[in-house]
Amino acid sequence: MRSTERRGLLAGLGFTGLWIIGLGLFTAFPVGASLYYSFCDYSILKAPVWIGLENYTQLLHDDLFWKSLGNTLFYAALSVPLGTVVALALAVLLNQDVRGKAFFRVCFYLPSIVPVVASVMLWTWMLNGQFGLLNYVLTPLLGPFGVEPPLWLSDPAWAKPALVIMSLWGTGNAMVIYLAGLQSVPRHLYEAADIHGASAWQRFRHVTLPMIAPVIYFNIIMAIIGSLQVFTQAFIIAAAAGNGDGASGSPARSTLFYTIYLFSTSFYDLKMGYGSAMAYVLFVIIAGLTWAATRLTRRLVEDVS
Amino acid sequence: MTARPRPHRVRPAPPFPLRSRFGRYRAVAALSLGACLAPLLQADVVEADGKVHVTYWEKWTGIEKDALQRTVDRFNASQDSIVVTIFTTSQIDRKTIIATAGGDPPDVAGLWQQNVSAYADAEALMPLDGFIRRDGLTPEQWLERYYPVYAGMCTHQGTVYAAISTPAMVALHWNRSLFREAGLDPDQPPRTLDELTAFSRRLTKRDPITGELRQVGFLPQEPGWWPWAFPLWFGGQLVQDNQITLGTDPANQRAFAWVAHVSRELGSTELQRFAAGFGNPSSPESAFITGKVAMTLQGVWFHNYITRFNPGLDYAVGAWPQVPGGPANFSIGLADVLAIPRGAKNPDAAWTFISYLAQANLDAASRDELSGAELLCYLQKKNSPLRTWSPFFTNHHPHPFVGIFRALSAQPEATTHPDIGTWQAADREIISAFERTRLMAAPPEVALDYAQKRLSEDWARHQRSLARHGQLDPPSQDDARAQP
Repeated sequence: MRSTERRGLLAGLGFTGLWIIGLGLFTAFPVGASLYYSFCDYSILKAPVWIGLENYTQLLHDDLFWKSLGNTLFYAALSVPLGTVVALALAVLLNQDVRGKAFFRVCFYLPSIVPVVASVMLWTWMLNGQFGLLNYVLTPLLGPFGVEPPLWLSDPAWAKPALVIMSLWGTGNAMVIYLAGLQSVPRHLYEAADIHGASAWQRFRHVTLPMIAPVIYFNIIMAIIGSLQVFTQAFIIAAAAGNGDGASGSPARSTLFYTIYLFSTSFYDLKMGYGSAMAYVLFVIIAGLTWAATRLTRRLVEDVS
Repeated sequence: MTARPRPHRVRPAPPFPLRSRFGRYRAVAALSLGACLAPLLQADVVEADGKVHVTYWEKWTGIEKDALQRTVDRFNASQDSIVVTIFTTSQIDRKTIIATAGGDPPDVAGLWQQNVSAYADAEALMPLDGFIRRDGLTPEQWLERYYPVYAGMCTHQGTVYAAISTPAMVALHWNRSLFREAGLDPDQPPRTLDELTAFSRRLTKRDPITGELRQVGFLPQEPGWWPWAFPLWFGGQLVQDNQITLGTDPANQRAFAWVAHVSRELGSTELQRFAAGFGNPSSPESAFITGKVAMTLQGVWFHNYITRFNPGLDYAVGAWPQVPGGPANFSIGLADVLAIPRGAKNPDAAWTFISYLAQANLDAASRDELSGAELLCYLQKKNSPLRTWSPFFTNHHPHPFVGIFRALSAQPEATTHPDIGTWQAADREIISAFERTRLMAAPPEVALDYAQKRLSEDWARHQRSLARHGQLDPPSQDDARAQP
C-alpha cells in the first residue's frame, strides 16, 4: 500500500471509526448476542443457560405465538394493499393541476407528523361504539337496512379492521413518495400515449404504473415491514379497551399482535431467550415476505430500469 | 381464608450468582477484593457533603407524588446522614430491571406488588432478611407489624423482599342517590350475591323506546382490573399444592358462569354498546362517577377520584357481598412496595429509609406528629398497612370510609393474588378468559380450560427455568406426595 493510500485509509477510518465502533457495540453485538440468547434460557439478570432449540420448538406449540402471528398477518393483509391504494390514489389526485394544490398536499400529509399516541387517542374517540364520530355517520346510513354499526374497538371481530382504518391516517409519507415518483414520469410518454388515443385509465395503467413500479415496490416493502411490526397503536387501543394493560390484546386478544406478544414475553415475563427466538422468527418472516415481494415485482422494476 | 400458595421452594438469591463457572470466578475475585477493601465495599457511598444520597425511583405523579415528596422531606429532616431524592420514573418495573441488569439501579425502587415474585425469581431484588436480623428482629417479627394480607405481599417463598409503601383494599362502592331513585335503602348495600343481583336489576334502566341500556346496577367488568378476584370470592383457588387450579376448581367455574350470566341477562351486544361509552375508571368518564353504574368494586384510592371529578357524588362504601360457598368477609388487598434492587450502591441507607416507611409514630395526636407509613397514607388518603394505628390517624383521617378499609384489611379472609413468579402472565391469561366469557365469545368452562392449559405449561416451564439456574430445591418427600 502506498503512503497516499495509507493516508487515505487512515483518514477514512478516522472519519468513520466512531461510527464503526458505535455500530459494532450498539447494533452488531446486540444482534449477535440476541441470536445466542435465542438458544438460551435467559432472563437478563441470571447467566444464560444453553437450551438448544427448545425456545424454537416451544414456539411451534405456543397458541399465542400463532394467534399473534395470525392477527399480525390479518392486519398486514388488509393494511398494506389498502394503504397502497389510498396513498397512490391521493398522490394521483394531488398531482393534478388544480388550484390550492400545495394546500391539499399539506392537509393530507399533516396527519403523518402527528405523534402516534396523540392520533391514537383521537381515534379511540372517533371509533367509540357509542359516541364515536364514525358511528354517528354510519348509524343513519345503515339504519334503514336494519343494520347497526359495529362497536369497533369493543368488538373482537371489528377491533383489527378498526386498526386498519386507523392506519390509513398515516399514509401521508407513502403519498409524498408516490407524488415524487409521479412527477418523475417523463411527460413525453403521456404525450405519446395521447397521440395514440389512450384514455386516462389506459395512460395510468400502461404509462404511470409501470414507470413508478420501483416506487410502488419500495413503498410496499416498507409497508410490509411496518405492518408486521405494528405495536404502538394496538398497545394503546388495547389498554383503553381493557382498562389497563395493552399487553393483554383486549378485547379478547383480538389486538394481540406479534410485537406486543414479543414485548410482554421479554419485558413483563422476563423470558428474554424466548423473546429473542420470537424476534428471529419475525426477522425470517419479514425477510421471506420481502424476498417474495422482490421476486413478484422484479420484472416490472427491471423493465423500468 | 384463601392462603397464599407456596408452590415450590426457591432459594433466595445469594449476593453473587454462584451457579455458573463465570459466576464462581466472579465471586472468588470479589471475595479476594472484598477482603482487602471490605470497609469500602460494604459501606454506602458518602458524598462530599458527608451524607449518603439515596436515589428513589417512584412511578407516581400528582397527589401520590406530592404525598411521597412530603414524606421523604420529613424523613430527610429527621436525621442528618441520609438524603433521599425521588425521581419520578414511568414504566418503573421495566426500567428497574434494565437498570439492575446494567449495574446502575436506584437504591430504592417503588415497584408494583405483582413485581415482587417475578423479580425475586429473577434475582433482581436484595433479600431484606439480613437487614431485618441486623435490626434485631426475625423476618416473622418484622412482618407482624402488617396486617397478614399486606405481610404476604412483602415476601416470596418465605423471604422478605419488599416493604409496603401504600396499601389498598378493594370494597363495594354504591351510589346512594341512584339507590334512592330505585327505591332502595341508600344505607343498606347488598349483603349477598343474590341481593347484589336483585339490587342490580332494580338499578338497571333501559330506554323505554329503544330498549338500550341507560344505567346498570353492577358489572363485573367495571373496572375489570382484578378478574382473578372473582374465583377467590367464590371460594376457589388459582394455585394449590404446586398446581394451577384455575380451570379445575369448581368454584372458579361458578365464578365465571356468574360473569357469563350477567352478560346474558343484560344482552351481550347491548352491554358492549353501553360499556363502549365508559371512560377509564380513574377518569372523569368513569362509569361509576358519571352514574352509569350504580355499584362497583373499587380501591381506597377511588375517593380521591370522586372528590376530584364529582365532589357532590353521594356514595358509600361497604364489604363485598357474601357468595354462597365463598369466604365470609372477603376482600382483596393490593399495594405498592419498596424494594432494594440488587447492585444498589447504598443498600444500608436505602434500608433505613424503607424502615422509616414501614413504621409510624403510633402515639401521634396531631398531623405534625404523623410519620412514616401513617404520614404517607394520610396524605394519600389511604388506609395504613400497619395493624396499629395512631389516635390521630384513626380519628382524623381524610377518607370518610377509611374504617371500612381497615376492617377489611384486618379480616383473615382478606387475600391477594398468588405468590408465583409467573403471575404477570397468569394475570393476562385470566383477563383474556374473563373477556372471552363476558363477551360470550366462549363458554366459561372453555375459556377457563384454555387458560388452565396455558398457565400450567407456563408454570412448568418456569419451574424448569428455576431448576436450570439452581434456584429450585429438589422436591421433598412431602412435596412428592402432594403431587397428583
